[in-house]
Amino acid sequence: MSADMSTDIAEAPGAPLLDVRDLRVVFDAEGGAVHAVNGVSYTLREGETLGIVGESGSGKSVHVLAMLGLIPRPPGRIAGGQVLFEGEDLLALPERRLRRIRGGRIGFVFQDPMSSLNPGMTVAQQIVEPLRIHLGLSARAARARARELLDLVRIPNAAARLDQYPHEFSGGQRQRVMIAIGLACRPKLLIADEATTALDVTVQAEIVALVQELKRELGMAIIWITHDLGVVAGISDTVQVMYAGRILERGPVDAIFADPRNAYTLGLLRSLPDLGRGRAGRQRLHQIEGSPPDMRHPPPGDPFAPRNAYATPRCRAEMPPLAQAPGAAPGHLVAAWYDLPALIAGERPGAREGLRPC
Amino acid sequence: MSTGTPLAEAPGLAAPAGQPALVREPGSLASFWRRLRARPSAVLGLAIVVLLVGVAAFADIVAPYDPTATDWGAVRAAPSLAHPFGGDEVGRDVLSRIIHGARASLGAGLVSVGLAVALGLPIGLLAGYAGGWIDALIMRLTDALLAIPFLILAIALAAFLGPSLTNAMLAIGLSATSTFVRLTRAQVRAVAAEEFVEAARSVGNPPWRIALVHILPNIVPAILVQATLTIAAAIIAEASLSFLGLGQQPPEPSWGAMLTVAKNFMDQAPWMAIWPGLSIFLAVLAFNLLGDGLRDALDPRQRT
Repeated sequence: MSADMSTDIAEAPGAPLLDVRDLRVVFDAEGGAVHAVNGVSYTLREGETLGIVGESGSGKSVHVLAMLGLIPRPPGRIAGGQVLFEGEDLLALPERRLRRIRGGRIGFVFQDPMSSLNPGMTVAQQIVEPLRIHLGLSARAARARARELLDLVRIPNAAARLDQYPHEFSGGQRQRVMIAIGLACRPKLLIADEATTALDVTVQAEIVALVQELKRELGMAIIWITHDLGVVAGISDTVQVMYAGRILERGPVDAIFADPRNAYTLGLLRSLPDLGRGRAGRQRLHQIEGSPPDMRHPPPGDPFAPRNAYATPRCRAEMPPLAQAPGAAPGHLVAAWYDLPALIAGERPGAREGLRPC
Repeated sequence: MSTGTPLAEAPGLAAPAGQPALVREPGSLASFWRRLRARPSAVLGLAIVVLLVGVAAFADIVAPYDPTATDWGAVRAAPSLAHPFGGDEVGRDVLSRIIHGARASLGAGLVSVGLAVALGLPIGLLAGYAGGWIDALIMRLTDALLAIPFLILAIALAAFLGPSLTNAMLAIGLSATSTFVRLTRAQVRAVAAEEFVEAARSVGNPPWRIALVHILPNIVPAILVQATLTIAAAIIAEASLSFLGLGQQPPEPSWGAMLTVAKNFMDQAPWMAIWPGLSIFLAVLAFNLLGDGLRDALDPRQRT
């Protein structure tokens, strides 16, 4: 990948925190190796919020889990690349050292708060775990800190709730507990993997608002993985669109929504309902035809080409590099052989209206 | 006497791999107790188990006679007020021998299953959590052991170790171990796939802590149910071994050994066979009822 890192650095302040270089992850399944992540490179700065969007199987979750040794191995395996976190290559670290980073300098929040808390342990016992493992706090100090953390994530009456079990909490509260665990050791990076997907829309909004508040208070960097563009628009500094284990487009959040350069991004944006347009918005939602490629046999060129009406013969033959999009905002990178704005401009008028940020 | 249900065919013994852990939302012993109490058969089983355990524990106080003391006036005596269960071939009181025999039967059941759990649980935990070649090796050995019928294996081991109650317990325990290895492994694999285990890894827990703190407590209910049902099978096994002369040695009483002698006097003194046979039946029934009740009470799918 010849991503132009210098444009990135010029655009956003803050030192690089996480530098992913050409990460490749393969799952050795029956019937052939599944190429889940195929050369992903990007840099995350301290305090930056990166939203990663893509559908199931795009490699968005797998690549972060793989970085921290959280994929099952076998069948999973890291086929190449480097992941520099504060200067250390995570992929080269032994498991023992990685454990010191997981939950310590990098916190996690998982998708389903119903199933990611241990049903047999009290909330306090679970919040205390990272504190005791990483900070070596005494039982008493860890418990006091657990109480503070429940306050931090706005769970009322924290002291009384410490000794309750997860099933005594609502879905939104459980996700708050998960966030408390993720933030327990004041991580430099919080990775939220579909953290709002399993929640009601109203609860989603509360959780997103909470994370934004906490980010202002604590200043950690966030990788927010989701397939919900609405959440991404609300929370991210930078958006990265992934498909078939590759980054197809990446850039500042406003640029991505206002000026998409990859046909897949465009497809995702057009598939959003636009309630703001009243009756004019009442039309059948756009849908991306076809289904993602079989990653046991990735297509030779642009993986989205088979589903892309704008694809050129070159797209089907050769993977475009992720590079600065011509005429776009600095740091707005795209992997495409075609010039999307020119192609859309040639279409029927009004076609671009679907591209407004929601 | 029947040689009893082969262990692997007893109800609920072979839990299929991937079966979900039994308890999802514990934390409430009271609600578990309420669900157990709602099942009359389980309560009956529990009551009989408690009664038998009490009788065995206080045998010296409860038994009217010394179980090994002979009385020439009571040889093959029919049940009477003095000897409610009658007398045996050398005039020992059958009731006292039944009461003391409960020690051998229940002791064998508890000790052998305790041994089987103590061996099977850690091995199954290792197999299920470590995976890979360790898992493959342990499971192939377990499969090989499971291929031998439980009682045949126990008899062979007991014959090899020499006849005594201790050796019979050892033989039964070792024979039952493979069942617990298999069950534990299946349960561990089911729980290890849960998202909270991944979450536990993501906060930096070392593997031993995940296995012992996050997985083990979640598989205890399944092991408990299995252990209760296996005690029933072990009681039958102990009786069978004693019947064959490989368990409790005379003159100490054991239900199985009492049956061996009684079969020679079926015409003249049927009570010598009826009471030990009934005791075995009752004890096995009680543990099976209790085990079934526990399984239902701990099974989240049956909650309403």
